[in-house]
Amino acid sequence: MLVRELTKKYDGKTVVDSVSFQIPKRSVISLIGPNGAGKSTVMGMISRLIARDSGLVAFEGSDIRKWKSRDLSKRLAILTQSNHTQVKLTVRELVAFGRFPYSGGRLTPEDEQMIDRAIAYMELEPFQDRFIDELSGGQRQRAYIAMVIAQDTEYVLLDEPTNNLDIYHSSNMMKIVRRLCDELGKTVILVLHEINYAAFYSDYICAFSEGRVAKFGTVKEVMTRETLSAIYGVDFEIMEISGKPLSIYY
Amino acid sequence: MKHKVKGGAVIKERKMTIVLAVCLVILSVLSLFVGVMDLTVKELVAGNMEQMEILLLSRLPRLLAVLCTGVGMSVAGLIMQQLCRNKFVSPTTGATISSAQLGILLALLFLPGSNLMGRAVFAFAAAILGTWLFVWFIQRIPFRDVVMVPLVGIMFSNVIGGVTSYLAYKYEMTQALSSWLAGHFSLILKGRYEMVYLVVPLVILAFLFANHFNIVGMGKDFSENLGISYSLVLFMGLTIAAMITASVVVVVGSVPYIGLIVPNVVAMFKGDRIRGTLADTALFGAVFVLSCDLLGRVVIAPYELPIDLVAGILGSVLFIGLLLYRLKHGERAICWKARIAGGKEEGVQ
Repeated sequence: MLVRELTKKYDGKTVVDSVSFQIPKRSVISLIGPNGAGKSTVMGMISRLIARDSGLVAFEGSDIRKWKSRDLSKRLAILTQSNHTQVKLTVRELVAFGRFPYSGGRLTPEDEQMIDRAIAYMELEPFQDRFIDELSGGQRQRAYIAMVIAQDTEYVLLDEPTNNLDIYHSSNMMKIVRRLCDELGKTVILVLHEINYAAFYSDYICAFSEGRVAKFGTVKEVMTRETLSAIYGVDFEIMEISGKPLSIYY
Repeated sequence: MKHKVKGGAVIKERKMTIVLAVCLVILSVLSLFVGVMDLTVKELVAGNMEQMEILLLSRLPRLLAVLCTGVGMSVAGLIMQQLCRNKFVSPTTGATISSAQLGILLALLFLPGSNLMGRAVFAFAAAILGTWLFVWFIQRIPFRDVVMVPLVGIMFSNVIGGVTSYLAYKYEMTQALSSWLAGHFSLILKGRYEMVYLVVPLVILAFLFANHFNIVGMGKDFSENLGISYSLVLFMGLTIAAMITASVVVVVGSVPYIGLIVPNVVAMFKGDRIRGTLADTALFGAVFVLSCDLLGRVVIAPYELPIDLVAGILGSVLFIGLLLYRLKHGERAICWKARIAGGKEEGVQ
């Protein structure tokens, strides 16, 4: 996936300003940056949820706007925070929606198998007939991930997957992200607020500042005192723990 | 359901549908034999032409109109609630009924000689436009409180109702209009009600797109992710709901509350998956309206109460009960209780 000079304006204000980068396959890429830096908007534009003003998003060699929405939904999945959680659907019914791009409403035996596997992979078997509005935040988030797994796409985009989760569930979520890449061979792009999760669990980091890409590179390249201090306007210390650069800020 | 569920759950799942279907059949047969003229099976079998005529010209059309009304209004409510993601939206609280009434009045004004067909076209167009406008409006303004949406809907439909009343007074049409403002089945005769059959293909269409409606009800991003055009399905669904409502309003008049209560009661027990609840919603709606109709015909026989009165009273009581229960036990309590009841074999009814 290639992003070139992507730009988006809201009411004359430039939110995303000629952003360019290339997504390496089979890796975990975290988009970080302060509030309003444009990371979620970029995520929206590379997943066709938000229309771009100018620039190009090329997916598998052709413009994302030229893709049929249904075909794209077999290759690229996105989970945002705006999902409606008050709905009384069972976990299994939710996961089954992931097969929609393939078989519409009618599930084939193959679909049922994929759903079973996705539920098993997220260890949701005991909850599969429970309504999602009765689950805890962590379980519900896992149910949504299971749906994305059932959708069986190469690319998975997650908008703040650790939002509203406690430390235990957040780090579990990040381990799941890692497994999606390492075990299932997916390319995972996520918007994260916790820099240290990004540093510990991703391969690449794309740091945003005021609508521009401040730095794109491997974790080691981006996690430097100078870069982070400049982006966030806060003093940073970088320490190496278990071979990963982690940051301390206050 | 293809996947393995506990045996009891499968039986329970069908049990509700079966019980409702049996109730409906019994009530339907009963309804054919309730009325000013006494019909007996014996006379009918013996070939009494007079009795046969009453059955075919009056009783049967009435029964079919009642069934279509019950099915139609509850399915329209179900679709609107799902698409608007709000349990309090319905043809009554979503300005659909009042728009259809305005449409009928406009037809009476501009095409005085129009037949049922002409009025229906106006009612359809007005109902669809009114519903679109309402949904467009509530999507523009993010409300923090779910109750705001139906409140805005009620205000909106009162504004439309006000315009209707004003026009009716100005052109001295109040008399003519009154028969569409309050729903009743007493004028249903062969040749005057067939428009309501439109409900049947529309409900089938709703069933075919049940999964689409569910997915759109999960939100814009959620549906786009699965390759479904949010706006297209939203407007298609609202159009179906508005057409169903309009075809009932043109023939029977306004029948409030059905679209609000029936889908909510069924969802309390069966969840929100439309494929799983549509049949029960339709059946329960038919049973409810038929019960109200029978009650209205029996209470002050040989006169009868209009359906909107009976349904309004019964529906309000049921709905207030539902709200009080939620206030007292919280929404979660209902889910929990429903699930426990579902685990056992008996319970739900």
